[in-house]
Amino acid sequence: MENMNIGHHISRQFNEELEDVRNQVLRMGGLVEQQIADAVKALVEGDCRLAEQVIENDRKVNGFEVMIDEECTQILARRQPAASDLRLVIAVIKTITDLERIGDQAEKIARMGIHLSEMERPKSQYYEVRSLGERVVKMLHQTLDSFARMDVEAAVQVCEMDDVIDHEYEGIMRKMVTFMMEDPRAIKRSLDVIWSVRALERIGDHSKNICEYVVYLVKGKDVRHTSTDYMKEAAQE
Amino acid sequence: MSDNNGRKHAIDMSALGRSHAGLSLDNEEIAINVHSLKLYYGDKQAINGVDMRIPKNRVTAFIGPSGCGKSTLLRCFNRMNDLIDGCRIEGEVNIDGENIYGKAVDVVDLRRRVGMVFQKPNPFPKSIYENVAYGLRLQGIKDRRVLDEVIERSLKGAALWDEVKDRLHESGMGLSGGQQQRLVIARAIAVEPNVLLLDEPASALDPISTLKLEELIYELKEKYTIVIVTHNMQQAARVSDYTAFMFMGDKIEFSDTDTLFTNPREKRTEDYITGRYG
Repeated sequence: MENMNIGHHISRQFNEELEDVRNQVLRMGGLVEQQIADAVKALVEGDCRLAEQVIENDRKVNGFEVMIDEECTQILARRQPAASDLRLVIAVIKTITDLERIGDQAEKIARMGIHLSEMERPKSQYYEVRSLGERVVKMLHQTLDSFARMDVEAAVQVCEMDDVIDHEYEGIMRKMVTFMMEDPRAIKRSLDVIWSVRALERIGDHSKNICEYVVYLVKGKDVRHTSTDYMKEAAQE
Repeated sequence: MSDNNGRKHAIDMSALGRSHAGLSLDNEEIAINVHSLKLYYGDKQAINGVDMRIPKNRVTAFIGPSGCGKSTLLRCFNRMNDLIDGCRIEGEVNIDGENIYGKAVDVVDLRRRVGMVFQKPNPFPKSIYENVAYGLRLQGIKDRRVLDEVIERSLKGAALWDEVKDRLHESGMGLSGGQQQRLVIARAIAVEPNVLLLDEPASALDPISTLKLEELIYELKEKYTIVIVTHNMQQAARVSDYTAFMFMGDKIEFSDTDTLFTNPREKRTEDYITGRYG
């Protein structure tokens, strides 16, 4: 359906409830985006205080999840939404699950940052984590944009960014294996870097899931576990 | 199927142990075939050339705003509109392969084959037993044993037997609204119709009676083709297999109910079922 405007219900209260839930998702997304950026920054710069703050803030992310879930349950119970309204509520419930997990990954990166701050810094200054981190933050940002604008074509494009992230992740893994073989003293540090880039790679997967919900929301097509070509077709119909 | 990046469709439904495919009209036997149906009340056109196929042994719901023609269309299926002065019909309604507006059609027999239940329960001011026996007596059946048997079967079919079996000879007017509506359904199915038309059958009932009636509709579709008009969209979503959305005398959309309520094709359908003003 092209008519995805949330407003125009006869019930103004229903308009407000749907609008509110959507805004809360975007606020939650904004917070999660900041969490990744801060976690990566804390790790790269060895900033323990920032890392502690990320760990603390994850509770706010969890708070968003619980509250939005509750609002969605109330909408389902009281309004029995249909068609695009129903798909919006379903997409929101699923999206916030992935956002919460992204939050957990950011927290994980922050904890790795605290570990790493106690070790000698490598010559690379964690360039690879910063580079991958920037890419992942950008991907999540564009994912949330596509959700906000209900733009399927943008969602499909964002999905393709995940391939680049996976590719870069594999490159880093190979490099880390080489490091560890060359210098066994670097193993501990390399493992922490591996956990961190692994977390970033997982965030890419969660973002991709959210893009799939955007296609479902706008087009009513379930494109999970399908090929990119299928997703592109679904988006163009 | 895989794409440039080697990513494949990664879905295998075989472990579910049941078919995942939704309903499709192409796989259905058609009970009522409506062809270019137009209906006029005097100068005013109420139905503008509707084509529709209604599947056998399924529940088909008609939804739409007041005055959209959904009740009028339903009444065309057993020629109830014949009784209205100035009502004129063009087009065809084929039931069991026969155009019911053909010259040779016996309307009384048609209404036996196509039973109808209305918004307000309308039992006759007779006993429960005689209410159900009415159609059979009209057919000239007098054998007490046959009558007893059919009445028990019909009341059981209408999920009313257990509640009335000890007072079959008391007045049908003494039953509750929900019971009266099921009594009327028992009366309709006593003459073994093929099709049951329900015109807002639950709109005068309380929520529990409504649920009982909906449960009954679910059971009845094993034997009958059911067409229901309802103002209650959730009810249409709950009871029907297929749904038609009507608007200003036109059939806007006809889909399986799952599709119509999750991903309708037409914007007007979407606006109506989500409560938007179009």
